[in-house]
Amino acid sequence: MSLMRNGYVTGAVLGALWCFVIAVTVAVCLSFATGAAFRPSIGWSVLWGAGLGVAALRGWRVLLGPMVAVCVAGLVGFGPLVVGDAPMLAEVLGHAAVAGFAALGLSMILEEAEPAALTRHVYEEAVIRFLTGFGYIFFTAIVVIPFYVMVMTSLKNQAELLQNPLDFSLDLSKGAGLLRSYFELFSQFNFGSYLWTSFFVSVLTVFITLAFAIPGAYAVARLRFKGRAAFSRSILLIYMVPMIVLALPIYIGFSMTGLRNTILGIVMIYPVTTIPVALYMLQGYFRGLPSEVEEAGLMDGLSRLAVIWKITLPLSLPALASVSLYVFMIAWNEFLLAFMLLDDPSKFTLTRGISSLNSSEVPRQHLMAGSVIATVPIMALFLGLERFMTKGLTAGSVKG
Amino acid sequence: MTVSTPPTGAGPLARREARLAWGLLAPTLLAVSLVVILPLLAVFWISFKPVGLADLRPPAPVVREDLRGKPQTAGDEATIRYRLRNSSQDKVISGVVLTDTWPEGLAPVALDPRCTLNGEALRCDLGDWEGGFRDEIRLDVTVGQAFLDAGGDVDDTEAAIAGNAENILTNASFTLENFTRIFDGAQFWSVFGVTIFYTVFGTVGALVMGLFAAMLLNRSFRGQGFLRGLYLFPYVAPVIAVAFSWILLFDPFSGSANALLLQMGVTQQSINFFGERPLALIMVTLFEIWRYFPLSFLFILARMQSIDTDMYEAADMDGASPFQKFWYLSMPQLLGILSVLFLLRFIWTFNKFDDIFLLTGGNAGTRTLTVNVYEQAFAVSNIGAGAAVAVVIFSCLLVFSFFFFKFMSKEEGL
Repeated sequence: MSLMRNGYVTGAVLGALWCFVIAVTVAVCLSFATGAAFRPSIGWSVLWGAGLGVAALRGWRVLLGPMVAVCVAGLVGFGPLVVGDAPMLAEVLGHAAVAGFAALGLSMILEEAEPAALTRHVYEEAVIRFLTGFGYIFFTAIVVIPFYVMVMTSLKNQAELLQNPLDFSLDLSKGAGLLRSYFELFSQFNFGSYLWTSFFVSVLTVFITLAFAIPGAYAVARLRFKGRAAFSRSILLIYMVPMIVLALPIYIGFSMTGLRNTILGIVMIYPVTTIPVALYMLQGYFRGLPSEVEEAGLMDGLSRLAVIWKITLPLSLPALASVSLYVFMIAWNEFLLAFMLLDDPSKFTLTRGISSLNSSEVPRQHLMAGSVIATVPIMALFLGLERFMTKGLTAGSVKG
Repeated sequence: MTVSTPPTGAGPLARREARLAWGLLAPTLLAVSLVVILPLLAVFWISFKPVGLADLRPPAPVVREDLRGKPQTAGDEATIRYRLRNSSQDKVISGVVLTDTWPEGLAPVALDPRCTLNGEALRCDLGDWEGGFRDEIRLDVTVGQAFLDAGGDVDDTEAAIAGNAENILTNASFTLENFTRIFDGAQFWSVFGVTIFYTVFGTVGALVMGLFAAMLLNRSFRGQGFLRGLYLFPYVAPVIAVAFSWILLFDPFSGSANALLLQMGVTQQSINFFGERPLALIMVTLFEIWRYFPLSFLFILARMQSIDTDMYEAADMDGASPFQKFWYLSMPQLLGILSVLFLLRFIWTFNKFDDIFLLTGGNAGTRTLTVNVYEQAFAVSNIGAGAAVAVVIFSCLLVFSFFFFKFMSKEEGL
């Protein structure tokens, strides 16, 4: 352990690791952007990284020389990044990016480290900074890549994709032709109607859910009655019943009553899946409201229902917004019930419509374009109202 | 002197409050019992019944009516024909009765012995029908002017037919066959093992990743809000969209991931990520972790931000190192939320269906209990066996929630 805490060892090890991380990142980024062959070289990464790490111990001015050396070595063919045949610009850019980010990162990671024995504090700070940098890259990559693939695939065509699955560069000269699969989805695959059905069903679900959950949540939060504790527990319990267990009898029941394959059936069933969670979220919020305000209203002669309408609801508008958003999201993303209960293409919701695109006859870019159509509205809504969303998600299930 | 005793029982005010509470809860109770309790009971009921997908449409007698011969003038003869059939190939329908109202102006020439005509109302007692039964009734009639004036259509009034068929869903025959079938052989235990692997590693993985991400974002810097929003994407996007983009990304022939790995020299030949036996299960678990780490990250971050900073300042004064601060100060504070999250996520992951169904369809060794419900009920068309698996899931759930409530009560006095 004490050996690890020597400045030279720490610098070299962290430098090697960091340089390799950067080389992989740059290689993946450039591959996805240009489709050309970029790959990191473990050996050179470790060597150059260790050198950069040791240089970083002496301050950032000393780093500049090795940084340029890494860049030049890369161009000659001995750098952390190995390039197949790629455009000159991308190649130069790649080597510069590897050298630059590796040096920049290391100068930050090893800011306090010195070329001598390190204190435990300095050593751990350096390790934590390395992990932080790695974490940002790692999480951003795993989140962004699937969505990037989704969007880019929807803008290309099958033949181009099969030829080089990595080449996501866009032929901008096509102009609006890039959006061909979107046009086709709306004109031939009836996606306009799916979009409308999904929107309609989700909004209706939100309103029905609120209509049921608000009085229920108020009763659980404020009123005293026998069985209150048992009730609030059973709500949670119901929240935990798996949908597939219920879907089976619901399918049977709907088949027998003719509700299968109707929007009415869907609108009846969606709110029930969301009422427990909405009720749970709202009662947590109602409990947090000061009861004195409501008592004042009661003293002034309002009835309980009037108190709810005139005092509690206006006070809990933020909570209502986040619950509505959450419920909307659940209804919009719901797949299982739509998949089991809807067979008639004229009544599909968006998720059901996308799953009908998953056949070998429909090209892949249509499937991805459909996915983008389903994702964009919920993302836009979510990014616009992110504050409510995060609050709503956390407020509901667990306190503190 | 009277002894004053405190009032016992509920006073009128308290009773009124309780009444109001139940009134407010009534709609929810009604809806939930209709869509949750009732189906749950139905699942238990069905699991003891030999029901297949085809039995959902109970056997019913079917009739088609038409007029044979083309009567032109009053007095012409024609034949009314009823074609009869049992919709089921193997079930008996007993006591079938056909009723029809004839239009005006039809006079019977000869009636079938099974039928009686009372004014315009026809009634035929057709007895019991075997499975696959087919028959015809021909009734010769002479048409009158009134019939021709009305357009000469016998279909105006539809013939009604009814009979008693035994409905397998409601009769009293029970069987344990569904349970013996699903517990039979090694398949159940392999499904159970897959479920446990998926649940345990999916839950723990999502928690660890969530903790890591929360630590990254538990500091204020420019773009923190943006990154927080970005890291929530996997959770917010529709599962069907992200599942398909994963399938595309890891496609063995045209997938970018394979192309990348080949190009980097990690592998020599393309890998069938969702098609090979141990790998598919690992990929599905990774997908679960990827999709749900945002949820744990959100909760953990919220808890982290509410920890008092005084403690850390005191630790700084005492010379604690960053790892020590994390291990001895942050972790004990986070233990509560971590264990609650673990239990919640454990139950939800156990219940997860959509993700695996979309990614692999339960093939290549990824069939969990929930996917098995679907497979038994719809792929094998044995609803009874599907319901039996659902009962097994529900029993597991009861065990989990017992632990959950036992723990939660301590944790937050719920």
